[in-house]
Amino acid sequence: MATDKTPGPSLSGGAAGPHGGQSAVDTDVGSQQVTESSAGSREKPPVNAQVRPGRFREFWSYFVENRGAVVGLVVFVTFVLIALFADILAPHSPTEQYRSALLQPPAWQDGGTRQFLLGTDAVGRDLLSRLIHGARYSFFIGVIVVVIAASSGVMIGLIAGFARGWVDTLIMRLMDILLAFPSLLLALVMVAILGPSLINAMIAIAIVLQPHYVRLTRAAVLQELPRDYVTSARVVGAGPLRLMFVTVLPNCLAPIIVQAALSFSTAILDAAALGFLGLGAQPPTPEWGTMLADSREFVLRAWWVVTFPGIAILVNVLAINLMGDGLRDALDPKLKRS
Amino acid sequence: MSQAVDDTLIEAHGLSRHYDVSNGFFGGQATVKALSNTSFRLQAGRTLAVVGESGCGKSTLARVVTMIEKPTAGTLTLDGHHLSSEVILSDAQQAALRASVQIVFQDPFGSLNPRQTIGRILEEPVLINRPDVSAAQREQQARAMLEMVGLRPEHYDRYPHMFSGGQRQRIAVARALMLEPRILVLDEPVSALDLSIQSQILNLLVDLQERLNLAYLFISHDLSVVRHMADDVMVMYLGRVVEKGAAAAVFGSPRHPYTQALLSATPVADPGRKQTRIRLQGELPSPLNPPVGCAFHPRCWKAEERCRQTAPELDDTEVHPVACFFPL
Amino acid sequence: MPLLDVRNLSVDFKTSNGQFRAVDRVDVQVDVGDVLAIVGESGSGKSVSMLAVMGLLPWTASITADSMRFDGLDLATAEPRQRRAIIGKDVAMIFQEPMSSLNPCFTVGFQLREALKAHLPLSRRERQRRAVELLEQVGLPEPERRLNAFPHQLSGGMCQRVMIAMAIACKPKLLIADEPTTALDVTIQAQILELLLELQKNTGMALVLITHDMGVVAETARRVSVQYAGQKVEEQEVQALFANPHHPYTSALLAALPERATTRRLPSIPGVVPGQFDRPAGCLFSPRCAFADDRCRQVNPAMAAAELGHARCHYPLIQGIPQREVS
Repeated sequence: MATDKTPGPSLSGGAAGPHGGQSAVDTDVGSQQVTESSAGSREKPPVNAQVRPGRFREFWSYFVENRGAVVGLVVFVTFVLIALFADILAPHSPTEQYRSALLQPPAWQDGGTRQFLLGTDAVGRDLLSRLIHGARYSFFIGVIVVVIAASSGVMIGLIAGFARGWVDTLIMRLMDILLAFPSLLLALVMVAILGPSLINAMIAIAIVLQPHYVRLTRAAVLQELPRDYVTSARVVGAGPLRLMFVTVLPNCLAPIIVQAALSFSTAILDAAALGFLGLGAQPPTPEWGTMLADSREFVLRAWWVVTFPGIAILVNVLAINLMGDGLRDALDPKLKRS
Repeated sequence: MSQAVDDTLIEAHGLSRHYDVSNGFFGGQATVKALSNTSFRLQAGRTLAVVGESGCGKSTLARVVTMIEKPTAGTLTLDGHHLSSEVILSDAQQAALRASVQIVFQDPFGSLNPRQTIGRILEEPVLINRPDVSAAQREQQARAMLEMVGLRPEHYDRYPHMFSGGQRQRIAVARALMLEPRILVLDEPVSALDLSIQSQILNLLVDLQERLNLAYLFISHDLSVVRHMADDVMVMYLGRVVEKGAAAAVFGSPRHPYTQALLSATPVADPGRKQTRIRLQGELPSPLNPPVGCAFHPRCWKAEERCRQTAPELDDTEVHPVACFFPL
Repeated sequence: MPLLDVRNLSVDFKTSNGQFRAVDRVDVQVDVGDVLAIVGESGSGKSVSMLAVMGLLPWTASITADSMRFDGLDLATAEPRQRRAIIGKDVAMIFQEPMSSLNPCFTVGFQLREALKAHLPLSRRERQRRAVELLEQVGLPEPERRLNAFPHQLSGGMCQRVMIAMAIACKPKLLIADEPTTALDVTIQAQILELLLELQKNTGMALVLITHDMGVVAETARRVSVQYAGQKVEEQEVQALFANPHHPYTSALLAALPERATTRRLPSIPGVVPGQFDRPAGCLFSPRCAFADDRCRQVNPAMAAAELGHARCHYPLIQGIPQREVS
């Protein structure tokens, strides 16, 4: 399998532009077909590799056209940077309690000080530092949940799509059952069984999100299987594993990437909800949902302890969703306009 | 057809492929006879063309010969290996057979994996079937093959979307040849191509056949292409062979009414030609519900009572056999 | 005055990589009762020019023309209402894929009656009668029964007959057929072409046949216009075109036909049709042309005289020999 690892395209022509590896789905081919199929002809200009813009450039031009997506991307990248450099950015430790400054309001309000820009919570911890460190948890949750859900979902989906018959039916009915439950309720039940902790919450959320990947992958596999390139791989004797992972899977990735981006935000939201219900991250972890839960009783007395974690969740989820929409526009040729 | 017996690469006897389809909820099972009782023989260096309209079974034949599907009846001998519905081949036998039969599909845009470079597409057959070949050797073979089909070696690192239809078809031919097969099944190889590109690909196929002594099973609906390429022709209608013979004989003096109608319906690029066209009435019958007797009788102008009751058989002992009671 | 008179038509598509010229300074004239074939390979813009006339191009296309007149009406400046009154009534069009041209949700009869309703002041009963009559005219057996059929219950050939019936429902003066038989089997193709020619003869309408098949051209057309990479490179009477092509592209294309081959190897045209990114300077055919010289590679040729088939070539061929001293 040595050649499976062949390095990306190194075009001898030189000027063929960058190639975006996995993220570059057939965008340029797709766009040409769109303009032409709308013109009602089956015409297709020949391709010149020298001048033609690369796949990544093409993808980028579609992505940039969606303003919301760009804003989302900027916000998302900011959050990632904050999470990465939390130790440097945060003015205080997220768990240090300043007994002299309980429930201190933000700096611009009466009674606020420069020391605690966004105020402190009921036990005197700096809210800003907690939010900055909370970003870490949110991304940790998002990444882990998406990785677990997507990898297991894609695997099961591939098996269902390739096996057909009773295996397929069994898997898909199981997934239907999982989908029939309200997702948060199912996660709640699972956390209740596994015991409340952040790790268990993540596992529960991953299980809840995974049927979406199964369905998506199976549908994409069924669409690709009858195509001639799959048949030719069969004629040269490719085994089922090779067909699954080398031949078919790379061609199914576009919708899966979009789904991954969108379920990233769902994971953050669900984890916050579980945290709020006391079943996710446990105090004193500065996880946004848990922070919300801790400060529930102060809603009327100290608005900032509730508002800022809430805004953080809102902005983060909104940004990721906007970005996901942009990704879909750029990756999914079916939704592309002429 | 005076070659030595050793040269025979494909020998098919009574080859059939039937599909069971469920006929709606309460309809029960029905059988579609996509291919019935087909026999032929193909020698090295020769081209057997299979001609017919949609639903005549020519693509099913291609799938059976390339072992994508198993025959439901009959026997098939490919390059010395026997195949039938009962025989189960060992992995080694299958690998040997794959190396001797390869296929080129009609649509050059669907037949190449869009996510693989040309190099990987070409190397995949070798990688799977000859694991002992080193990576460097494989690459060398692939580059040499690119040159053989008229592409440049630097195309090795590019992706299929960077090529035009004709170039892609060259790549598809190159991939089929990587295992050095002796038989190439060509399933409408030029139908999706433009006229100026079509002649390039046909020339390539002629060249390759001369150089490698390949046997072609050439499937097409375009009679002018078939007339140019074929040594022998097999005309099919609704899953059955209706006429078979040397190309010159079939085109020069067609014996089955369907062959004659097909020939006269094919437009000829000569505006001065005055032809009397045979007008075929009606549509192609559905393979789900074929007519009783001769499948062609509802559209045939020579049909009599006998045609409506019994299906004529093809007598394979003849030189130019025809499945008709009233051959022309 | 010709029925359809299009001069200097250009169509540009806005793509994400800039402008793409699909049709480049094309003239089309169709007289009453004429049968014109527009031949070309993919990328020649043969469909796009006719879609532009019909006003069926998407918003990404920008259309420029010196004149675009149909039956005295200037299509370029006409109001959308006037235009709609003509399109579908006096000019009708049929497409390559008969199956997808019909709406799968409605019966054939419903769609046929809708087409009648849009343009003709007929009562319900009259519409029904006319629908039956039309299906009879296009040679569908048992027309009453077929009217209640859905498109998926009919074969490709029958669907194309229904499409033709819809197109001729309002007795158009011009019928544009865009690759009407490409998706059909040979024996069905022969039936449909025969039907189109018969209708043309009986009704006296003009017929524009867009195709890539030289055989179809030879057997149906009266005049032929050859397009290459968006340009019209030659126009001649059908007999003359096949006997004595004046443009090297036409000549090479005819030579590449397998049925005209005298040797096992076909004379082929090297290279591919230029696309958006590799349009040559000078004559668009020059990189593939056997007769091209430096002038062809630098200077865009003008159209030659009518007796040389309006060939867009510096050295038009006469009996296969380029006329170097001419022009």
